[in-house]
Amino acid sequence: MIRVVLPHHLRTLAHIVGEVKLVVEGRATQRSVLDALEARYPTLRGTIRDHVTQQRRAFVRFFACEEDLSHEPPDAPLPGAVALGAEPFFVVGAIAGG
Amino acid sequence: MNCQPAAPARECPLLALRAGKKLVSLKGELNKEEGMSGVRVLVGTRKGAFVLTSDGKRERWDVSGPHFGGWEIYHVKGSPVDPNRLYASQSSGWFGQLIQRSNDGGKTWEPVDNKFVYDGVPGTHQWYDGTPHPWEFKRVWHLEPSLTDPDTVYAGVEDAALFRSTDGGQSWHELPGLRGHGSGPRWQPGAGGMCLHTILLDPSDPERIFIAISAAGAFRTDDGGKTWRPINRGLKSQYIPDPNAEVGHCVHRIAMHRSRPGVLFMQKHWDVMRSDDAGDSWHEVSGNLPTDFGFVIDVHAHEPETIYVVPIKSDSEHYPLEGKLRVYRSRTGGHEWEALSKGLPERDCYVNVLRDAMAIDSLDSCGVYFGTTGGQVYASADAGDNWRPIVRDLPAVVSVEVQTLP
Repeated sequence: MIRVVLPHHLRTLAHIVGEVKLVVEGRATQRSVLDALEARYPTLRGTIRDHVTQQRRAFVRFFACEEDLSHEPPDAPLPGAVALGAEPFFVVGAIAGG
Repeated sequence: MNCQPAAPARECPLLALRAGKKLVSLKGELNKEEGMSGVRVLVGTRKGAFVLTSDGKRERWDVSGPHFGGWEIYHVKGSPVDPNRLYASQSSGWFGQLIQRSNDGGKTWEPVDNKFVYDGVPGTHQWYDGTPHPWEFKRVWHLEPSLTDPDTVYAGVEDAALFRSTDGGQSWHELPGLRGHGSGPRWQPGAGGMCLHTILLDPSDPERIFIAISAAGAFRTDDGGKTWRPINRGLKSQYIPDPNAEVGHCVHRIAMHRSRPGVLFMQKHWDVMRSDDAGDSWHEVSGNLPTDFGFVIDVHAHEPETIYVVPIKSDSEHYPLEGKLRVYRSRTGGHEWEALSKGLPERDCYVNVLRDAMAIDSLDSCGVYFGTTGGQVYASADAGDNWRPIVRDLPAVVSVEVQTLP
């Protein structure tokens, strides 16, 4: 079970309260977690990564286990604590703007 | 009115009012008794959407919102054939573009498709420095529902292109003939981005659509969007070396009256312009305006020669002259303008009125509305003679539309 914490605006958009708990088939990576997240909440498609390129949106960051994973390859394995559900995978809106 | 007691309710508005029925006058026009007709003003702001409603008197207002709080709402507009069908463009720099749809006049909303993918290889347009820059989707500036089908809606986007949905927003497809016009590589962004911000559907010809892009100019299709041609002859822009340039003009807004779709009025970066031949040629009608820079332009609902603008000091100072917020009205289709100021700030006002932030209702006494970057939405229930703020402290207003409700 993978735990995902979304920023306020995306929780509101998808009518999510609290953390999202996802069952991810195979290895836990950014791509597999986001695929599972978007499959459950299709409204989130295009809000975290680009529809076509699947690249992370510029002002969205990924954190877990107190590390910035934003620039990790999308198919790199996530930390073991995330894969085991001990630590959440954070999707964060960058601190910018007004 | 001389109502005989024995008259059937449907022929006597007063009796009908007592019976709680919809009022229709003997002439078949909507009666303007309080509560029997009204308006719904749809306001897009930098931090959410607001819905302002009133009866036909337009004196007391209910305000609902913010809808989609914290998101930029570039535009909200209702279907002319189903007023409860609304479309909203919701976006943010963080999470991109969403399109929301309402089927109950804005009480509830549901997100629909947000995938805007250019047809084929996007190609390049000019960047600010004149170098080629790839087309990149950024946001939807304007949504224009069909005049005949509530499930068909057009979207004007940045980087400039025109999309259409025929399934109520469940999927979007580009009309590539516009961007594929040979001039595309010469289009370039204005200060606000390279946006397609104006979409006018010709009520007399379903194949004819007018659009405008900053900074490319105005275009027209006569075959339902398959092919397009620039309609910028007569426009003069001081920053363009070639006075006869086919494209490159920073058109801010175009307006038409439904009864005369061949007559167009334009607020350009500088200059207020008019065309009497569906855009084939333009001539200036700025006349005695104190400044002809501005963003909005609109036409009276019942007087096709009565038009409105809000003059802004200059392209480098986006606020009214002398701190006095004034709408200017021409009853002669341009050239001769009068200042309308009753009820508007007479001092220390330094707001802007953006290009999609003016709207006109179609009640008998024509209502005019506009919103400011200072968060005010002003309304006039008498064609501009007198103004009152509906709200004063919204986030910066990006767009204003109004629906006249039965």
